[in-house]
Amino acid sequence: MLVSLKWLTDYVDYGNKTVDEMSALLTKLGLEVDGVEYIAKEKSENIVVGYVKECEQHPNADKLSLCQVDVGEEADLQIICGAANIAQGQKVVVAKPGAVLPGNFKIKKVKLRGIESNGMICSLQELSVDEKFVAPQFVEGIVVLPEDTEVGSSVDELLNLDDVVLDIDLTPNRADALNMLGVAYDVSTSVDSPVKYPEINLNRTEESAKDYINVSVAEESLAPYYGAMIIKNVTVGPSPIWMQNRLLAAGIRPINNVVDITNYVLIEYGQPLHAFDYDLIGSKEIVVRRAENGEVIKTLDGKERTMNEDHMLITNGKVPLAIAGVMGGADSEVTDETKTILLEAAYFDRNVVRKAVNHTGLRSEASSRFEKGIDPNRVQAAGDRAAALLSEYANGEVLKDTVTFDKLDRTEAEILLNTEKLNSRLGTEISNEEIGSILTKLGFSYEASNDDFTVNIPTRRLDVLIFEDMVEEIARIYGYDKIPYTLPANASKPGRLSNAQLLKRRIKNYLESVGLTETITYSLVSKKQTETLLSPDISSGDYIPVPLAMPMSEDHKYLRLSHLPELINRLTHNVARKQADVALYEAGSIFLNKETEIHTQPEEQARISGALTGMWVNQKWQAEQKEVDFYLVKGLIEGLADYLSINIEFKQAVIDDMHPGRAASLHINGDLIGFMGQIHPSLAKEKDLKETFVFDLNLAYLLEVERPELIYTAIPKYPSILRDIAIIVDKSVNAGDVQATIKEVGQPLVKQVEAFDVYTGEGLEANEKSIAFNLHYQDPEKTLTDEEVDASFEKVVEAVKTKHNAKVRN
Amino acid sequence: MQEQLKQLKNEAIEKINVTDSLDQLQEIQVEYIGRKGSITTVLRGMGKLSAEERPIVGQLANEVREAIQNELSTKKEHLEKIELDKKLAEETIDVTLPGRKVTVGHPHILTSVIEEIEDLFIGLGYEIKEGPEVETDYYNFEALNLPKGHPAREMQDSFYITNELLLRTHTSPVQARTMRALDNEPIRMICPGKVYRRDSDDATHSHQFTQIEGLYVDKNVRMSDLKGTLDVFAKKMFGEDREIRLRPSFFPFTEPSAEMDISCKTCGGKGCSVCKHSGWIEILGSGMIHPRVLEMAGYDPEVYSGFAFGMGPDRIAMLKYGIDDIRRFYANDVRFLKQFDEA
Repeated sequence: MLVSLKWLTDYVDYGNKTVDEMSALLTKLGLEVDGVEYIAKEKSENIVVGYVKECEQHPNADKLSLCQVDVGEEADLQIICGAANIAQGQKVVVAKPGAVLPGNFKIKKVKLRGIESNGMICSLQELSVDEKFVAPQFVEGIVVLPEDTEVGSSVDELLNLDDVVLDIDLTPNRADALNMLGVAYDVSTSVDSPVKYPEINLNRTEESAKDYINVSVAEESLAPYYGAMIIKNVTVGPSPIWMQNRLLAAGIRPINNVVDITNYVLIEYGQPLHAFDYDLIGSKEIVVRRAENGEVIKTLDGKERTMNEDHMLITNGKVPLAIAGVMGGADSEVTDETKTILLEAAYFDRNVVRKAVNHTGLRSEASSRFEKGIDPNRVQAAGDRAAALLSEYANGEVLKDTVTFDKLDRTEAEILLNTEKLNSRLGTEISNEEIGSILTKLGFSYEASNDDFTVNIPTRRLDVLIFEDMVEEIARIYGYDKIPYTLPANASKPGRLSNAQLLKRRIKNYLESVGLTETITYSLVSKKQTETLLSPDISSGDYIPVPLAMPMSEDHKYLRLSHLPELINRLTHNVARKQADVALYEAGSIFLNKETEIHTQPEEQARISGALTGMWVNQKWQAEQKEVDFYLVKGLIEGLADYLSINIEFKQAVIDDMHPGRAASLHINGDLIGFMGQIHPSLAKEKDLKETFVFDLNLAYLLEVERPELIYTAIPKYPSILRDIAIIVDKSVNAGDVQATIKEVGQPLVKQVEAFDVYTGEGLEANEKSIAFNLHYQDPEKTLTDEEVDASFEKVVEAVKTKHNAKVRN
Repeated sequence: MQEQLKQLKNEAIEKINVTDSLDQLQEIQVEYIGRKGSITTVLRGMGKLSAEERPIVGQLANEVREAIQNELSTKKEHLEKIELDKKLAEETIDVTLPGRKVTVGHPHILTSVIEEIEDLFIGLGYEIKEGPEVETDYYNFEALNLPKGHPAREMQDSFYITNELLLRTHTSPVQARTMRALDNEPIRMICPGKVYRRDSDDATHSHQFTQIEGLYVDKNVRMSDLKGTLDVFAKKMFGEDREIRLRPSFFPFTEPSAEMDISCKTCGGKGCSVCKHSGWIEILGSGMIHPRVLEMAGYDPEVYSGFAFGMGPDRIAMLKYGIDDIRRFYANDVRFLKQFDEA
């Protein structure tokens, strides 16, 4: 809502409050002032009204005019003007020599193409008025003032240059403040001055409108009130300049006096009005009814609209004249030729208007007020006000009698307000007297008996429905700033993170401590991204990506099944910006759905995934460099497993989009929980990346998996014995399998087995590799003897030979 | 013989004094006090001495030996120190060269802000609740007093999947879910999470962003409690010198409703471009839970009351660190992410 501060003074006297004070006052009341705009951004001096006595073409310039201008002084001023719309006989805005225009532009006597010019005829833009506040006919040139404007007078007042417009960001409940009177009501609560309604002096002729029109409404709930007034002999033309200025300040384009007056009253009262050219109605009746399916109306904008039975039309009994509350029809539009007007002031159901607005896309100042709800007690008054203005500014004769259909409920709602209950809700100690005084300021009548108030809610306040609404009304006028600061008096219990929340934070901290940086990426991805780099536990799950019904782009159409495709894009983004060494991770949800026709919420599974590329170690001057590789990422995951005291098993796996020989599926207790490895070099190339490694883990599983209870184990008192075994096996044999065999056979004395050397090449067959392991023997009860260790070691050697077809070296 | 011993002593000390080599020192030791050294040689003649003289000469010999040994030790220590100093001087490095870099990652700035808020409210006795990002229309709107047909829930503003399912537009559904899951028990919870709106991405809009919702339900909860709680929060989060202001606002699920502003840090409340010349910066929306919302969740609004508040960590981070474009959070440029190590 755009509120002209000067216009507002018509309805409430706010004294000499400054713009800042008014902004603060309205904001404090909940009418948040979001912007302040001065009509003239800067002040100009010495600007007066001039009369163009003579105007002829400049002898030396085609596009310049040479004018003699009377500015109310002894001598006329000779002024050269470049505006196309300058003409003899106009009243114009003149900057006299000595005047100062915005930007400190001083007007002096100058010579233009050899002829003296003593001043400047101004456009509004030259007076620093934004184009949106300039009437359309003057945007391209100078302002032409009404003929009766007094020569030599100041233009500030006339052109509303000293006005300020407040842009109020209204919350959706405050439909009552979508008009000047509504804003005035709120202002009046804080300035101790009553709201002034416009004085309506409506002189009606002897002739009755009833002889001209009959009104009927087919469905009373959709249009409980319809009033038609007939105004004869109107002269259609421009509206007065002050009205145009006020409309411009309110963000409305002036059209002609009839349309401008309906808009003016709309802004004043919040009541939409419509004027029909009576002679073009084509009958003597107005019938308000639902549209028939497929019924067509040509609206004011010249477009044909096909309506249906969800919408309501104003008709002449046969053909539609207007879409109720939305837009009039082209066939009954008021034009310069119009002589007789039918003025409609009606109350339409908000939902039926909304449906028509959504259907046609025609959202206007009028329809949005119907949609949000209007005051049933203002419909007729607004009609009368407009009729009075039409008679004053369009020479109209208003016929007696308003022809109405009237089933409108105008009763006020009642709300019971108990002082103690109010105070216990707010934490305040507001007295009965204070409550009474606040209600009076609000304009709410009431009856009081001790602590109990029965409050009548004015029909303009459609948002005040229940006790809590009343609490807000009292609090807002009392002042939110006067509510004390307390903390709840209830018993409190200690807050804490749940075990899973704590563990999640620890896992994230671990990844950060080893060098990965957290990212947050979009959950909505492209179709292709739902098919890329899926973990085997997801790709084997028959999941169907979830699409949006109305996506904004193909890039953000589906809910993700993996963080990795977007993490890879983030790597590319960074690498392209010369950040070659990047290690990122993300923790978040993926969305698992199995329904082709979706009915239930998808399962949201927490995953934690990472993507790494470039150097891991890059100590430049020491010349130590190490690229990220498979075993680095594996080490990170093993470290995480150790940190969580769980065991993650790595199995060689072939996974789509991954290097066929450098990927592993990950398992806990036999459950598939993710994967890791190097992304396929062709995918890396496509993404402009060098060797890139990823991991993707089911975080939900990690947070839930049973972990051994922490119990202290005694530190061994007896020394351990280290034995090495080096074996030669076929290349296809996995070290992990051999390790498992050693561990199994070596029980209970072998506590730990580690591969410490892997070798292929010279001295071995092409299909062979050599692996060496450390075996740590220990007995917690005593010092081991060589004989005991030898016996166990022999068993290990035998097992490795038979199980893995290994040759044992040394 | 006594003279001989004294002379040997003087001779040895003289040699010790002039040498500057540990090797020579070793030679001097052997020459004078070694098993075959000069003093031993002299003492071989002891047999010729009288019984009275022998102890005197013996004692003198010991004294001489000891004196030489002392001189040797002192000198040795001295020379060793010189040698060590020399060695250490040679080992001097350039301490200004960069250290071996330890790479440490960082939490995302939004995570840091969210965890800071979480920890703050945990300190006030709140728990953290989570809820689904794909919500039912019921929990996202209806249970929050936004019935079907309500203007604030236009299809084109939300990412719908079906008529009944959508990406949650706020974290408020977790309120409704939490209340419904409990049976008239007091609630103190906050709920952080991702939310989605059908907005085109630009400097101030993102189709995905984060929110934190807070909820307090109990008997006799007052609006002053909301104000006090938000004041504690604002001062801890933004600084003890910040003022808060509540002003009337509207949310379908609270009544009365309030927007909370904090005094502008940049200008100290005088008005500047950061606060749009108002002296205040909007931080969060809040209010007393609407009785309809309590009722729908099975709480008797005559017995229970409560407050709720919701804020955007994206906006808070932007304000706190002067970030100019919301898209930076989701572009994940490491040059951006790494700026907030200590956040």
